[in-house]
Amino acid sequence: MSQSHARPWAPVVLAAWLIPGGGHLFLRRKWRASFLGGAVLIMFLAGLMMRGPLFVPEAADNLLSTAINYGGFIGNLACGMLYFLTKWFGYAQPDLAGHMYDYGSKFLVSAGMLNILAMVDAYEIAVGKKG
Amino acid sequence: MPKMALTHLEFSILFALLASVVMGIVGRSTDRERLRYGLYLFGCFVGTLFGLAWLMYFGHR
Repeated sequence: MSQSHARPWAPVVLAAWLIPGGGHLFLRRKWRASFLGGAVLIMFLAGLMMRGPLFVPEAADNLLSTAINYGGFIGNLACGMLYFLTKWFGYAQPDLAGHMYDYGSKFLVSAGMLNILAMVDAYEIAVGKKG
Repeated sequence: MPKMALTHLEFSILFALLASVVMGIVGRSTDRERLRYGLYLFGCFVGTLFGLAWLMYFGHR
């Protein structure tokens, strides 16, 4: 394991969280940044176009629903600026019945999960664990 | 914003494609390995999708 190219990782991880692919761009991994950022962006936009609802961190009447609400919120929040812009532009889709809305919700959370993978990858490059 | 109304299969394949791209890139260290791993993951996603679909089909007969 080489540590010779270690850099400060906090700004890299912050950039990776706020702008999907931003951490890799910060580290001058341009094509990787474009593929990762593009995939997260497409998944998030597809989720919005499916009219998926965003999760709200609130307690429900049972533990499972509470865990889903908080977990989904973390997944949404992991998209960084995409999530904040969506909220700022007033997106407030209610949770309706139907497979399209269900898929939309999952796509929005999955975009955040994929962005977390990209953040971990950017962190590993920054600290010299990966090339 | 336009509305995206796809079938279950189309939604699932779109998900598999995007997840495979990201997991392929972060999961391996060389470009060749990334491509192979991404294709492998996509194949696994689609294979599982069809497998579960047939399982549900026979389960509901």
